[in-house]
Amino acid sequence: MYVAGCDVGSLSAKAVIMKDTDIVASRVIYARPEPEESAREVMDAALAQAGITMREIESCVGTGYGRNSIPFAVAVESEIACHGKGARWLIPEVRMVIDIGGQDAKAIRLDEQGNVARYAYNDKCASGTGRFLEIMAGALGVRIEDMGELSFQAKNPVTISNQCVVFAETEIISLINDGRDLSDIMYGLHRAMAHRVASLAKGIELEREITMTGGVAKNIGMFRALEEALGVNLRQMETDPQIIGALGAAVMARELAAGSS
Amino acid sequence: MIVAGCDVGSLTTKAVILNNKRILSQAIISSGFKPEESAREVMATALSFAGLSTDDIQYCVGTGYGRERIPFVSTALSEIACHAKGAHWLLPTARTVIDIGGQDCKAMKLDAQGNVVRFFTNDKCAAGTGRFLEVMANILGFDLDELGKVSLQAKDPLSLASTCTAWAQAEVIHHLNAKRTKSDIASAVNQAMAARVAILARSVGIEKDVCMTGGVAKNAGVVSALERLLDVKIRRLRIDPQLVGALGAAVHARQKIGG
Repeated sequence: MYVAGCDVGSLSAKAVIMKDTDIVASRVIYARPEPEESAREVMDAALAQAGITMREIESCVGTGYGRNSIPFAVAVESEIACHGKGARWLIPEVRMVIDIGGQDAKAIRLDEQGNVARYAYNDKCASGTGRFLEIMAGALGVRIEDMGELSFQAKNPVTISNQCVVFAETEIISLINDGRDLSDIMYGLHRAMAHRVASLAKGIELEREITMTGGVAKNIGMFRALEEALGVNLRQMETDPQIIGALGAAVMARELAAGSS
Repeated sequence: MIVAGCDVGSLTTKAVILNNKRILSQAIISSGFKPEESAREVMATALSFAGLSTDDIQYCVGTGYGRERIPFVSTALSEIACHAKGAHWLLPTARTVIDIGGQDCKAMKLDAQGNVVRFFTNDKCAAGTGRFLEVMANILGFDLDELGKVSLQAKDPLSLASTCTAWAQAEVIHHLNAKRTKSDIASAVNQAMAARVAILARSVGIEKDVCMTGGVAKNAGVVSALERLLDVKIRRLRIDPQLVGALGAAVHARQKIGG
């Protein structure tokens, strides 16, 4: 039985196809101006990867910011529920999921059965979201994917005193002008961002095991900084952390299909 | 009795020279990297306007973000103390003072004697500070003065959904791409700015008379949006509102030597 999950976010769209309990395809694309277009494109890519057609998908669940514009989804679920479900599918001991997306951050606490017990959310302030790192990478002329590695080379890390993205950007420019090392600044930025996300998570009380999902979890510097800020080891996903929302949606599609058959 | 006040802010540096109750001269310059140099430069300018030399100044009070680094001041006082003093001196009936600076925003409540009884500051978040307007003016291709004027010509006003400067910036770009007029967008920017400031102002409690100080008070769009939101008339001051901190510092200087 094939099922699918489609997660249309603000910056990227993700699709996962499962055959029984195996992930047989997963794709991530940059979001198009229209969510519907993003959904079709990413799903076509995943179908091609799996070597099947849409007709073979028994059920598809949509999630993410653009979830109501996914034409082929039979049901929609919140990102919170899908990230919880996807993380739990991969790591059954998980009780907390910290998801950092391009424009938001969420902390989700799960009960023993994997149901969402509590969550906290920030999409009002760019600080503590992927946008923070994106703006800083732009200001420093560094590729986002290189930021994490660079932060590991820090010898004398700086402390970033501003939380606001706009003020922090000015702060790092003056640090560069003061001759501070790029990797020292990078470390400071990761620490500042981790601190912000950690306070969101601590607000709903930490519960182990904790894992990190969303595109920002691919940044190893951020992963380590968050471990440091929370004072716990995080469980690392063996799958691309960016597809966990779509995976959770696929797992839900599987439950739907099983329930109706 | 000649005294001076010098206000070294994050974006501009201001000086006012006072002779008894008369403003002899005033100057505003852009702040450089070093507060001490900005302070020297603005004071030299103000002194030359007044035809005075440093020796003629009996007492000088410093204020603003760079106040601890002004070499020639006798005392440094907080911006709160100076804006309140300056506003009270210009408008003795002022009870609420809203100061919007380049990187912060403050709301102060004064008693009848001009003492600060309560205040709130935001310097953590760029939204609701001059920085927000600076970012938006930059995208729209305006200077800060134009932003206010242009916004008053809005015909089909829109509103921004985000508070955060980073998100609002993306919204403004979206509206530009959607071919909305710059005056409509500018109006939305000023409205968003005012909405943020209104929260701070309400938290100290609005009591008449209300006045505004700091550079953003020159933006007519923000002032009128704030008047609508707070449902109160904002009293205009008889000097450039950007100078009120420096003026307040000078008034403090005058009192220090018994004036």
